[in-house]
Amino acid sequence: MTEYRFIVVNTDGEIGFITLNRPEVLNALNRTMVTEIVTAMEEFDRNNNIKAIVLSGSGRAFAAGADINEMADDDPIRLELLNQFHFWDRMGAIKKPVIGAVHGFALGGGFELALCCDLLFAAENANFGFPEISLGVMPGAGGTQRLTKLMGKTKALEWLWLGEPMSAKEALQYGVVNRLVAPEVLMEETTRFARKLAKKAPLSLRLIKESVLKAVDVPLLEGMQFERKNFYLLFASRDQKEGMNAFIEKRQANFEGR
Amino acid sequence: MFETIKFDVNDQVAWLMLNRPDKLNAFTEQMNKEITEALKNAARDPEIRCIVITGEGRAFCAGEDLGGIGEETNHGEILRKRYNPMVKQLAEIEKPVIAAVNGVAAGAGMSLALACDFRLASEKASFVEAFIHIGLIPDSGNLYYLPRLVGQAKALELAILGEKISAEEAKNIGLVTKVITEEDWQTEVTAFAKKLAQMPTKAIGLIKRYLNEGWKLTLDEMLEKEANGQRVAGLTNDHKEGVAAFLGKRRPVFTGN
Repeated sequence: MTEYRFIVVNTDGEIGFITLNRPEVLNALNRTMVTEIVTAMEEFDRNNNIKAIVLSGSGRAFAAGADINEMADDDPIRLELLNQFHFWDRMGAIKKPVIGAVHGFALGGGFELALCCDLLFAAENANFGFPEISLGVMPGAGGTQRLTKLMGKTKALEWLWLGEPMSAKEALQYGVVNRLVAPEVLMEETTRFARKLAKKAPLSLRLIKESVLKAVDVPLLEGMQFERKNFYLLFASRDQKEGMNAFIEKRQANFEGR
Repeated sequence: MFETIKFDVNDQVAWLMLNRPDKLNAFTEQMNKEITEALKNAARDPEIRCIVITGEGRAFCAGEDLGGIGEETNHGEILRKRYNPMVKQLAEIEKPVIAAVNGVAAGAGMSLALACDFRLASEKASFVEAFIHIGLIPDSGNLYYLPRLVGQAKALELAILGEKISAEEAKNIGLVTKVITEEDWQTEVTAFAKKLAQMPTKAIGLIKRYLNEGWKLTLDEMLEKEANGQRVAGLTNDHKEGVAAFLGKRRPVFTGN
């Protein structure tokens, strides 16, 4: 495995864990850290033993924003040439389920990182927000797009314009997170859910994810046709044969991801 | 450190005493802020396992100091800036909080008592929803907590009629845990607080967390919350100690975590 400076990567059974590890700055994201996160995700994505990925933060927060010092003196041309958001695009291309476990603050870039996850488990004390407006800028790593797709234009504008923190309850109410759990058992509950996913047919997980992400972006008919192709494709898998045989034989299916 | 309140810790009990006796401990901006600050510290301090809020002199708290109210006053802003943060801070504390109501609790003073977990009342205490007498409505969580404590009908009656009720009446409608004689006041409040401070604090915090949430949840959601909470409680040392003491037929010694 690759050596990392700002994250900790480990596995437990079929689950791959990525933990943001700059607790002294509430896991503020710097560029290297984002690169490391993507690299780790891609490694897990290629690793056949890993079925799902869990992303969380160490210390008191998930990630309280981006490293402001790093970008205070940036100019547009430097940013264009740096093309830092390219790494975020790669995060969106991960095929396996990515579950975020959020406690404490998920602000700015930290919130955008959370929104890159497929599912979010939040501690009851979690706080989300886009405070970028108070710095005279705006979200740049998908915040305005992903939040709007989740909660709709009206509410998204309110949060993005005011820059005020959103409580875990509000995040649940607006469909930003899947579940709220006691902070003390956040990792345990998230892992329990990840293990459930790990038992499912891996190719189905993969193509369902691809199809659902497509649904967010394209007209219905196009999405339906895309879905159909993926549905047909699964009939080329051994797991489809195994799954249907097991059903007929009234036994548990044993999926191998082929 | 504080000017309008006194704050002491004894035997793991934090004593927060409203300290403007000549004004019947009426709230000022400074006092709201000092209470909020003190509560925040008490919530964090692992050495504190119970909090008592009481008043110096003959009143518990007479509510907002009306001396500061004028033509220019924006009541909504006063609440957002001064009272609501105090009430929210109080609601966040995962430790038992006792209002030791030593005398009159009027208006926002009554709200403060309502926002605590337990109300112990001196026989000289009284409660009054004074707001209506100056054309205002109960605030600072009062309209939230009151019906939850005494039911809708009684809450409406108290809030609209604004009649002063005695400690004994408050006890009868379930507002107060215990009425204590003048003579036993200090001893009994201290004993009650000390007892709570020696209980499994983490479990008390979890009970508060989920009991409050329960009002907004369905049974299915609540069952899941309980499972979550019980898992957390099941991991505490106090749980282990409780079971060991039960099996060993001895008194448990809880440390709060």
